[in-house]
Amino acid sequence: MADVFSINLVVSGIYLSMPLILAAFGGLLSERSGVINMALEGEMLFGAFSAVAFTWWLGSPWLGLLAALMTGALIGAIHAWLSVTLRANQIVAATAINLIASGLTAALIETVWGKPGVSPSVRKFGIVHIPLAGHLPFLGRIVERLTVLDWAGLLLAPIVWIVLFRTSFGLRLRSCGEGPEAAASVGVAVISVRYRAVILSGMLAAAGGAYLSLAQVGVFQRNITGGRGYLALAAMIFGKWRPVPVLGACLLFGLADAFQFRAQVAGVNLPHDLLLALPYLVALVALATFVGRASAPAAIGKHFIKD
Amino acid sequence: MLRIGLFVVTVIGALVAAAPLIAIAGSNPLSAYRALLQGSLGSRRGLAETLIAATPLLTCGLAVAVSFQGGLFNIGVEGQLVIGGLIAGAIGAEVSLPAGIHVVVAILGAALGGALWALVPALLKAFRGVHEVITTIMLNYVAFSVSTYLVSPGGPLVSKTQPSATEKVKATAHLARIWQPTRLHLGVVVAIGLCAACWFFLYRTTAGYRLRMVGANPTAAQFNGINVRGVVVRTMCLSGALAGCAGAIEVLGLHGRYFDSFSPGYGFDSIAVALLGMMNPLGVAAAAAFFGMLRAGSVLLQAKAKVSKDMVTVISGLVVAFVAARVVLERRLESSASRRDRRRRDG
Repeated sequence: MADVFSINLVVSGIYLSMPLILAAFGGLLSERSGVINMALEGEMLFGAFSAVAFTWWLGSPWLGLLAALMTGALIGAIHAWLSVTLRANQIVAATAINLIASGLTAALIETVWGKPGVSPSVRKFGIVHIPLAGHLPFLGRIVERLTVLDWAGLLLAPIVWIVLFRTSFGLRLRSCGEGPEAAASVGVAVISVRYRAVILSGMLAAAGGAYLSLAQVGVFQRNITGGRGYLALAAMIFGKWRPVPVLGACLLFGLADAFQFRAQVAGVNLPHDLLLALPYLVALVALATFVGRASAPAAIGKHFIKD
Repeated sequence: MLRIGLFVVTVIGALVAAAPLIAIAGSNPLSAYRALLQGSLGSRRGLAETLIAATPLLTCGLAVAVSFQGGLFNIGVEGQLVIGGLIAGAIGAEVSLPAGIHVVVAILGAALGGALWALVPALLKAFRGVHEVITTIMLNYVAFSVSTYLVSPGGPLVSKTQPSATEKVKATAHLARIWQPTRLHLGVVVAIGLCAACWFFLYRTTAGYRLRMVGANPTAAQFNGINVRGVVVRTMCLSGALAGCAGAIEVLGLHGRYFDSFSPGYGFDSIAVALLGMMNPLGVAAAAAFFGMLRAGSVLLQAKAKVSKDMVTVISGLVVAFVAARVVLERRLESSASRRDRRRRDG
């Protein structure tokens, strides 16, 4: 049991929470602008797939990541078109994206690599070496094992916080989520702001998917995300749509996932199949204890009709 | 009439939109659709397989439709179906009861299990305001791992001879085959019965009216003295019970035992079924028949046209996308209708 709680637990907790962090911050941007984003799961899947496919074709994980971001932007644009321009039911539109992502990425595995189920291995992202970091007590052992994407993910919380709360774009974005009519009356282009938020959201979710496939395993397999898009959404709600608590929620769910893996390795006497449910159970308990419904953006899910 | 038109337009739109995706996946869309049609309606066996696949799709589609009519979006149907199938398999294999009673008890047990699995999201929605989409999805994953565990090696319900399955269901709990030599079973009759019952419940009973009122406008319902929280909890449990029945029908009628991951995603397809069927039980039945064709045809699709079975999920997704986008068309039709009314009044 002592083996379970170790520095490795913290490191793998960070690894496992990273896709959640990227996707949850994507969701945060979209929902703060007033658009519910249930499509994170599908956007992650598309991102994970194109990251591996383009790394396979072009030989560089950087180009794979770039392709994932572009795919995410495209899916985000379609999502925005359905839910902002056409004013479709946002949950239904997102369900469509998730279903298409799940079917299409699974079908394309066979098209691209000739056999179903899983892609061959591609080059993964390497660890970033920071000189002397290894000498730091405790933290050093974590720092020396992080990849570029881990750093990007960890820096995302302060960046998103600054964008949302310290820039005029952030102010406009939040105003669209709280009171689009009022925002429009003072000259905010609500539709354009929502488009940008939803597209950015798709890119971040796709980056989360790319992290899963390119930084963690180096392959794409069918439904590799396994509900992490929804976990990210749960983390966003549990964090009450605020960057720092959302980061905390993602780390909590990531740690639960890591604990589940470590417990298997350490041979804790609990069936492996049951342990798999741990992060989802933690998320459920978190949502059950979540207090107050007033923290969601006031105009979330509400369509804006331009006069 | 308008509804039938919308149904047809949605289906055709999705099939047309799927064509370039099938081409990207490396196959000829026309031969793919020919294979789908041939595989689903081209023979007696194909027709039977279409009905077999339509059975759980109809039952799960009803589960989604009932929840939607009550203003809830139950995406947890897949998990509730798995739990239902598991309970029906366990009751069918482990309990001894006279024929007739046994099968009813197994189905009711499954319905109860599905309802209980939906109770947690229902309570969280009613009393905590947590969106049911998130909680039902979380519970899907919990259901998958619990059910896999129960029939894993050394698990409490696993069969002695067959890995990842329960023991065979006793003959007393079988839903009989009704069209030899095909696999078509009594489940299709049960599903049609449930469909009729749902229609009657929604449109001909007070409780059904209350359910639809809460779905249409919870605030108005509240002001009219309806206990909205109670309706939310009951709606979700009813939806879960229907999904549980679907699992039982599959296990008792088709497979004869609970297999791990016996459902090829019926619970997820049923979202498309319910949306295409416009949440009306009769529409859901028509939509289930269409998706049953897709499922049944997908076998030949893979064998003959070399198109992955997963493309069926893509077509479901496109149907859902067209339903989502259809609001534009509906808005146009509405506004032109109101314009016509105004002209008539003025003129």
